[in-house]
Amino acid sequence: MMRTIRFIIRKEFQQLRRDRRLLPLILLSPVLQITLLGYAANMDVKDIPLAVCDQDKSVESRQLVSSFLQSGSYVAGANLPDARSAERGIEEGISSLALIIPPGYGRSLAGEKTAPLQLLADGSESQAAAIGLTYATLIVSRAQAARSAARLSGLDPGVLRRIRAVQVDPTVRVLYNPSLASRNFMVPGVLAMILMIITMVLTSQAIVKEKEVGTLEQLIVTPITPRQLIIGKLAPFVLISLVIITVVLVASLLLFGLAVRGSLLVLYALSLLFMLSTLGIGLFISTIARSQQQAMMIAMFFFMMPMIILSGFVFPIESMPPLIQAVTYIFPLRYYFVIIRGLFLKGVSLPELWRESAALAGIGLVVIAGSVLRFRKRLE
Amino acid sequence: MSGMRIGTIMVKELRQISRDPATLGMLLVVPLFLLLMFGFAVTLDTRHISLALLDHDKTETSRGFVESFLHSEYFDLKLSIDQGSRIDGLLDEGKVMVALVIPAGFGRDVARGKRVEVQAIADGSNANTAATAIGYIQAIALDYSQAAFVRSLERAGVTGMKTTIDFRPRVLFNPELRSANFLVPGLIVLILMMSSVISTALSIVREKERGTMEQIAVSPVQPLELIVGKTVPYLLIGLIAAATILVTSRFLFGVTVKGSWLDLGVVTLIFLFGCLGFGVMLSTLSESQQVAFLLSSLLTLLPVFILSGFVFPFRNMPWIIQAVSYLLPGRYYLAALRAIMLKGVGLWAFKDQVFALIIFAAATSAFSVLRLRRQSR
Repeated sequence: MMRTIRFIIRKEFQQLRRDRRLLPLILLSPVLQITLLGYAANMDVKDIPLAVCDQDKSVESRQLVSSFLQSGSYVAGANLPDARSAERGIEEGISSLALIIPPGYGRSLAGEKTAPLQLLADGSESQAAAIGLTYATLIVSRAQAARSAARLSGLDPGVLRRIRAVQVDPTVRVLYNPSLASRNFMVPGVLAMILMIITMVLTSQAIVKEKEVGTLEQLIVTPITPRQLIIGKLAPFVLISLVIITVVLVASLLLFGLAVRGSLLVLYALSLLFMLSTLGIGLFISTIARSQQQAMMIAMFFFMMPMIILSGFVFPIESMPPLIQAVTYIFPLRYYFVIIRGLFLKGVSLPELWRESAALAGIGLVVIAGSVLRFRKRLE
Repeated sequence: MSGMRIGTIMVKELRQISRDPATLGMLLVVPLFLLLMFGFAVTLDTRHISLALLDHDKTETSRGFVESFLHSEYFDLKLSIDQGSRIDGLLDEGKVMVALVIPAGFGRDVARGKRVEVQAIADGSNANTAATAIGYIQAIALDYSQAAFVRSLERAGVTGMKTTIDFRPRVLFNPELRSANFLVPGLIVLILMMSSVISTALSIVREKERGTMEQIAVSPVQPLELIVGKTVPYLLIGLIAAATILVTSRFLFGVTVKGSWLDLGVVTLIFLFGCLGFGVMLSTLSESQQVAFLLSSLLTLLPVFILSGFVFPFRNMPWIIQAVSYLLPGRYYLAALRAIMLKGVGLWAFKDQVFALIIFAAATSAFSVLRLRRQSR
């Protein structure tokens, strides 16, 4: 039994070596990808250029502009002469946020009249616009509150005594990622997706290739059992996966200075478990596909693309409709995201991850057993 | 170049496609299926943030303050706790995103008009959600304070101290900030790119693997004829798939199409041509179908998702990575799609993008022709 498996493994390795592009590609591309995509996957809403059209030029208007700039979300953008040019700037994509302070803003604030104040946002970049608007509204409300408090001093002391200037101030403590850098959240995600893609591509062709080339019949007439064949096909890729995970982890630690707060051993073990499940899915695909093209399409359309969009990389799973949420439970990537982000950012330990680990192990077992069964059927 | 020879290859290719109805069906139907699934699922809206509450005060006032959080649709009360020591564990396990701690004496201090601090502890691991949540917390607390202040003014008989800043934020192009309007064009780019690249990525290398490439090499068929003949049938399939998903996004997801449908069709056609050409190019570069598959998934799937401006703004990328993104057709197609759909501008306004897409299509085809010519020698 062991001897047969060893023969298959040796044969697979020989085949891998013969394709002179495959191995370098498998080992180098993850590093390239994590470099390129890790630096690109950044959703920070910081330093948004704020175009200002200050037609008032009063103390009050300057105060408002500086409170925007001091908030940390905006940096000074263009100074615009009129409202029309502010709108044009957004239409042409030059600025994404413009503050328009009309003439008389300062005077109307002092004179208890209503001061119109306009903010234009580019909605085609909705994430930045939404966060930008939330903070802008907050800044304006604060200016408003300061204004009201200042005007109290003119009141009769008898009345003043009966007024309660209520002030509830939230102090916010941010755990795990105090600088609120989205990179700390995204880089582990990119890492997970790269591992998923490589492992699934590797095995999704394994059996169907033999079918296409015609060597499957030869395999069938040999005394090799389905279980031996599946294990023999899987084992070399598990070894390669170990190398890939090492390469990718080292690269992301060196490049992004991400420290693993949890145990490195747990990270390694659970990453291997994750890759076992994706290798298994790939292998299962290769037993149901009729041609390599079909295998590629099944892998791409039904596993890789849905996993990338629906596993919670950027789009929160909790906001999805219940039916689609239910579908996400079969995606290993969903669990691995929780594991890898927990280990990188929160420093959680194994007991807190038992549900995710069990799910990965379950998926891995089911698909590998499925491949064995499926392959047995073919034999008959 | 002979039209007849191209025609023959196309007929052969079409016959091969029709013999494999599963593949044809996948190419025609799955893009629509994916759009439906993703279109309903993706959103970047931060609502229903799960909240844990630790109320040390337990007065009417503190309950009123909590109510103002729950009345907004931004926060959902997940659980009330009695001990501060539980908070870190809840955040560790990801049970809640935010914990709100109201100190003892909250009601008394509010009634006296003293400054009160409430504490919020937020899970910062998802930076964007956390930033939004913090903004909401501060805004809700400020609103609460202002409303209480105004009530106290009224009780004291002071009038005419109402809001004096009339703040009018206005959002251009996507006034309700629907993330569908922003995200569906990105999904269209991703789905069309993947389905067209993988429909040609194996085309040449499969012939190589089976040994039929040598037969083609000794036939009078020229490399360009071979590529055109192998691409056009998939272009037709791609166009049908593109039309169904564009129409679906308009009528099912209500994504506005402010510009002209003709412009939309023209840009889509050029983009598909480029992607199919890219697939052929990868096919000529590979020695086995496995390598072709690996190349096409590595070079398209994540790059088009992360580097084309779908959710990650170019503004945040280092310049060298921005430079790389100029090599991707998805970037240009997405910019053109958003310009047509959301901004409603004419073809002239995004001529640069169209031009870049044409160059991409021409470059990939030229590369494949050269590569095939060298190999057949």
